[in-house]
Amino acid sequence: MDIPFWNREIETLDRASLEKVQLERLRQMVSWALKTPFYGRKLASAGIGSPEDVKSLRDLERIPFTVKDDLRRGFPRGLLAVEMSEVVRIHSSSGTTGIPTVIYFARDDLDRWTDLLARSITATGASSRDILQNMMTYGLFTGGLGLHYGAERVGMTVIPIGGGNTKRQIQTMKDFQTTVLHVTPSYLLHIHSQFENEGVRPGDLAVKRAFIGAEPHSENTRRKIEDLLGIQAFNSYGLSELNGPGVAFECVHRKDMHVWEDAYLIEIIDPKTGQNVEDGQEGEVVLTNLVRRAMPILRYRTRDLAFVHPEPCECGRTHRRLSRILGRTDDMLIINGVNVFPSQIEERIMKVPEVATNYLIHVDKKGALDRLTVKVEIYPKLFLGEAARLEALRARIREELRSSIVISPNVELHEPGSLPVSEGKAKRVVDERPKD
Amino acid sequence: MKITQISVFLENRKGRLYDVCTLLGDHGVNIRALTIAETESFGVLRIVVDKCDAAVKLLRDNGFVANFTDVVAVEVPDRPGGLAAVLKVFAENDVNVEYMYGFVEKHSDKALLVFRFEDAEAAQQVLARHSISIITSKEIEGL
Repeated sequence: MDIPFWNREIETLDRASLEKVQLERLRQMVSWALKTPFYGRKLASAGIGSPEDVKSLRDLERIPFTVKDDLRRGFPRGLLAVEMSEVVRIHSSSGTTGIPTVIYFARDDLDRWTDLLARSITATGASSRDILQNMMTYGLFTGGLGLHYGAERVGMTVIPIGGGNTKRQIQTMKDFQTTVLHVTPSYLLHIHSQFENEGVRPGDLAVKRAFIGAEPHSENTRRKIEDLLGIQAFNSYGLSELNGPGVAFECVHRKDMHVWEDAYLIEIIDPKTGQNVEDGQEGEVVLTNLVRRAMPILRYRTRDLAFVHPEPCECGRTHRRLSRILGRTDDMLIINGVNVFPSQIEERIMKVPEVATNYLIHVDKKGALDRLTVKVEIYPKLFLGEAARLEALRARIREELRSSIVISPNVELHEPGSLPVSEGKAKRVVDERPKD
Repeated sequence: MKITQISVFLENRKGRLYDVCTLLGDHGVNIRALTIAETESFGVLRIVVDKCDAAVKLLRDNGFVANFTDVVAVEVPDRPGGLAAVLKVFAENDVNVEYMYGFVEKHSDKALLVFRFEDAEAAQQVLARHSISIITSKEIEGL
């Protein structure tokens, strides 16, 4: 296979040289971070008063973690390392769970971020010959503009359609013969479910690839997407605190995501102890930005659970790979004392052919006990008019789930289109237990 | 002769049956026979209507999960023991009934019943041999 590279030299750098680049950039980051009141204090407490105090990459572990609340407490300018006149763009998280986290970019920051995206896109085999339909939300969310600029740098034809309006998305794919989609997996599945209504078959479209990200999803969801649409789906990882998309991306082999290690230091820690774990072991992803001047971020606890593949990839890139996000340290549900990750549930139900593309996890309390209900939509073509068969399906899904998450949930079957649809990040869990 | 029954998946939601009936009614589809197989969490509505193809298209276009099933509609004498006499024929001839339900009909001395047989072909031969009359789809359209 002909492996495409955007910057072959940096992407295939041997480990020692890569670490040299990392150390140099980490020192640079520390010098920038020291300009902010927040890191000034934080680094001083770790005995780091100047970049020279960082002697090796191991010194990273002396630096205290940064958490989302630090960004909130620093709102609006506590982590800003340059004059506002140098800031050319502001992005922000949605703020769905509290005060938004604001991220500042200087012109050179945007340039470096754009380059990482150009690198990510090229790694999938997409090129200037492709037409990209960017269905991620534009505006404050980094998914839209971030990838947009990267795609333009690659030379792709970009359709900045943004999220929502499924009819128009499908028509646009037809009209412009879109070849690449950038979309959340849940929305792509929803769009597919509307093909028939719009009189479209996957064969009428020119789509070859989809970049899917912005929400955790299982390998089975990816397979479902690939089978239903007859395309290749590439997993993408990023978060606004670390620029946005382009932290890690799958290459043509689609075997987990290369973390661009010249731009990000990745650590996997035990979320309880904060200690680094070995490669291959699951834990919380901690990232240090090596390429952002306006708003340096060191050792950011992402709350995403994953592991690192140390073994080399067939594509020749030396940058280690990150597994798909297996869950979140904060989305874990505790159901009658049992830990359940929504991702475990998704993994199971997406394997069932009679299940269509949308589902919802509902938790409430009945008396003293937590009650877990998994609502799935059924696939209309597999409904043969028999109640007994549907009851058997329900029992089968229940059993599948019980064997995976230990507890036995209620399973509800729903008509397609009856569960709430999201056009951006899917909200898959509704927890109605009283908070105390 | 088999007739077509429409099965509609109904999730457990208030007004869902009303939605189906309103949709059919608004489009001039007349329900001739009806039953609901229900479980604790969903129902399957089974109907025989006068305009079957149009009804299924209508239902699917409006987001309902609907499918066809072959059933047999049988005329039974409308008097005590009428149904039993027919069922006796089935029992003696190894014809298994999966489910059955009653049929709406006016101005007749016969009761009409919808049967879903395990083996519809075999059942029809037995019915024919015993001169039990079967309703055709043409007749359903005219009812």
